[in-house]
Amino acid sequence: MSSDASRLGFYLLIAPLLLWLVVLILLPHIGLFAVSISEKTGVREYEIGFGNYAAFFTEPLYWRTFARTAIMSILATVLTLLLGFPIAYYIAKLTRGRTKTTLFLMCMIPFWVSELVRTYGWMILLRETGVFSNALQYIGLTTGPIEFLYNDAAIMVGLVYTSILFMVVPLVTTLDSLDDSLIEAGYDLGGTSFSVMREIVIPHAMPGIVSGCIVVFMLSLGNYLTPILLGGKDSLWFTGMIYTQFITRFNWELGSAFGFLLLALSSLVVFVGLKLSRQSLTETMGR
Amino acid sequence: MKIKLVSSIVFATSLMAQGAHAETLRLLTWGGYAPEEVIAKFEAETGHTVEVTTSNNEEMIAKLRATNGGGFDLAQPSQDRITSAQEEFGIYKPIDMSRVNAELFIPSMLSATAGNTTYNGEVYGLPHVWGTSGLVVNTAQAGDVQDYTDLCDASVSGKVSYRLKRPTLIGFAYSMGLDPFAAYADTEAYQGILDQVEAKLTECKPNVKTYWEGGDEIKNLLRSGEVVASMAWDTGGWQLNADNPDITFVAPESGALGWIDTFVLPARGRADDAAYDWINFVMQPEIAAMITNTAGNFTAAVDGDAAVSADLKARYQGSFDQSAIDNIKWYPPVPAGLEAIEGATLDRINAAN
Repeated sequence: MSSDASRLGFYLLIAPLLLWLVVLILLPHIGLFAVSISEKTGVREYEIGFGNYAAFFTEPLYWRTFARTAIMSILATVLTLLLGFPIAYYIAKLTRGRTKTTLFLMCMIPFWVSELVRTYGWMILLRETGVFSNALQYIGLTTGPIEFLYNDAAIMVGLVYTSILFMVVPLVTTLDSLDDSLIEAGYDLGGTSFSVMREIVIPHAMPGIVSGCIVVFMLSLGNYLTPILLGGKDSLWFTGMIYTQFITRFNWELGSAFGFLLLALSSLVVFVGLKLSRQSLTETMGR
Repeated sequence: MKIKLVSSIVFATSLMAQGAHAETLRLLTWGGYAPEEVIAKFEAETGHTVEVTTSNNEEMIAKLRATNGGGFDLAQPSQDRITSAQEEFGIYKPIDMSRVNAELFIPSMLSATAGNTTYNGEVYGLPHVWGTSGLVVNTAQAGDVQDYTDLCDASVSGKVSYRLKRPTLIGFAYSMGLDPFAAYADTEAYQGILDQVEAKLTECKPNVKTYWEGGDEIKNLLRSGEVVASMAWDTGGWQLNADNPDITFVAPESGALGWIDTFVLPARGRADDAAYDWINFVMQPEIAAMITNTAGNFTAAVDGDAAVSADLKARYQGSFDQSAIDNIKWYPPVPAGLEAIEGATLDRINAAN
């Protein structure tokens, strides 16, 4: 009797997880895959084949767009890490009590509004008749208006801003768990700031760095709004390409194949990144 | 218990009885085509309720395709996008002309739309709102822009915007002296035209500030002066003209591109009664005028322009003289599969540096 009850309890506990896995992850992917391997041969006529996947590799436009998206996402990840690490270190190690909470909160406040609003905020700042351009003219640094929007740098600013929180949070958590006495011991043994950072702080923070980098890379790669709105005519982004295949071209088959390629290729990039940094997924995500 | 059961049955039947008369009309349409005041009047008069979703041509088709024509009871795609979508995806059902008050429609437009939306002998579309796309220009700063190809002129460099969509391809083709509509049925000839347009638009790319996506975006760019010449809809130009007399819609020398947005019934729509009631309601002259005053475009309703504001009429006449009206190129039905060819061209232009 009691074993029956505990078994029921077990099934009840596992049901939400199973539902989530099957209904929201497994089934849509099976459906997407089925669509991606059907090739259109005529009006309402389809046959099974891998032509859509072949199109990605034979048409340079598609894989170049993917390469561009991946490289820019990696760059955005590196920039986010360079910006986020000092912030996280300051919050975790150099502040206490209320200041710490306040600073942490200030990192989070921009994320209380939607991504669309944040991106429009950047558009107001960067556009030709926007805040930056007018301020520069007012203080006399330039004579005419300057367009900051619609280029790769604008995309990069938007991506770093959108994802910095997801770098700061894991870094603060791992840096918090580093005992201050270890850093003091490093200095006592004659270490310089640089060697203490390199030998003690960074090795300890590595799991946080890696998990932060994975999240930021995936968020940038899968971002749609920021590159399209801030990039304008130069906003070639792989997710935008998937959107146009589905919506304006009515070509769901190619769009689905692109979706799967995005999944596979981004997983590959993360795998290579883990190998290069000699970290394992269980170690970084398990912490 | 029994009383409760009986009362709930009574309640359910009363709901069903009501359902036979009053339905919920799920309308998939463009911004401005279903103004609040029109909806309020319709709901008061018929007892139906209306839920509006605003969208555009591509999204309408994509939405209906995702549900095999369900989720909405009435949609309003342009007339050139109906037969191909029906042929490919079967997302519409034919119009029952006996339930439509045909006297409310301008006869020439009704028959033209019927001709363009006939698939396998059945009519799928009724005309509603029509308008054109052409040039919206700040005449004080870019008065020389008279045709689509003038957008590539060095005098307006960096201050130009257009959409990266099929109307741009068609407009530029006409402006370059080609005839894309005549080549619709001939894939090879059409590809030849597209290749020439692609070269032109790639060459023109440095002139462009950005490719606009939505009506509000282009209005913002023109209003702020960041863009002085653009390819856009006539209504956008007329709305801006009200704020800044320098900006207005210019019918291009090679001809404005004319579109007609229609009424179609999605294949699995559930409230056909409400849909026909809505069609017959909004085509009444005074309601049609209310829609013209908010959407900015004229309708296919008989006498629908009688109660339209004098300002809007004046702007319309300022942009279109008789020869410009005669020169409008009306979109013929797009053959199935044409979007894929155009899509590849647009992708290449987007990727070009």
